[in-house]
Amino acid sequence: MAMTEQRVSYTLDSSLETIDNAEEKATRFATELGFGDDEIMQISMAVREGAVNAVLHGNAYAPDKKVILAFERTGSELVITIRDQGKGMDLSKIPNPLAPENLLKTSGRGIFLMRSFMDVVEIRPSSTGTELKLIKHVHGPTAGGKEASQ
Amino acid sequence: MTMKVGSRQVDGVTIVDCSGRITLGEGSVILRDTVRDLLSKGNKKIVLNLADVNYIDSSGIGELVSAFTTTKNQGGELKLLNLTKKVNDLLQITKLYTVFDVKDDEPSAVKSFK
Repeated sequence: MAMTEQRVSYTLDSSLETIDNAEEKATRFATELGFGDDEIMQISMAVREGAVNAVLHGNAYAPDKKVILAFERTGSELVITIRDQGKGMDLSKIPNPLAPENLLKTSGRGIFLMRSFMDVVEIRPSSTGTELKLIKHVHGPTAGGKEASQ
Repeated sequence: MTMKVGSRQVDGVTIVDCSGRITLGEGSVILRDTVRDLLSKGNKKIVLNLADVNYIDSSGIGELVSAFTTTKNQGGELKLLNLTKKVNDLLQITKLYTVFDVKDDEPSAVKSFK
């Protein structure tokens, strides 16, 4: 684990444990920043879905590939980055899970849920992996237990 | 908390009491195996009681959809009972509330089977 004052990052294995681990870390980080219960649930679920994508679809459980998870508190935002070392996802192949013809599909809702729960979702695929950035706006002066630097 | 299930019969309907988390991995597998086992034994009227399911992820949602379609394809019916607010919200967001037959109390869920 590497840590600066407002940034924490982890290098994690491509395993099912990593998914639970990432969710737990997100819950803890969001709680420490003072988010409400609903927002904590949204953040932790978005991170879980991002970790699922990284472990399953990105790294495909490859033991030699890692997932890099980082939490950063900026002045007014919680920025979470999840990076895998896979081949990069093709965003054009992700169907709309709300389309009638897709409602009964058993997969394909992860990115949709992330977009539903976070203020900003950026996905940057490349040949050396996919970087996912999840942003949640921090509300109120108590978040983080300290004032944001101006 | 991992997922636990227990099933019981009420007037010819199988109530599956689920508790814990339905997520990628063990939780989803337990649900899948439970429904397949019921169907293989001829139990085709199934109610998933989700009153004590406090968390579900996209894989768990997919597993609910799979259970629903598998049951339907075998001539049965699968309904959901006692959704927590979190699970209810997820089904609303994903529009699956329009797909599943969701019930709020067990007697009406049992009676709703033809």
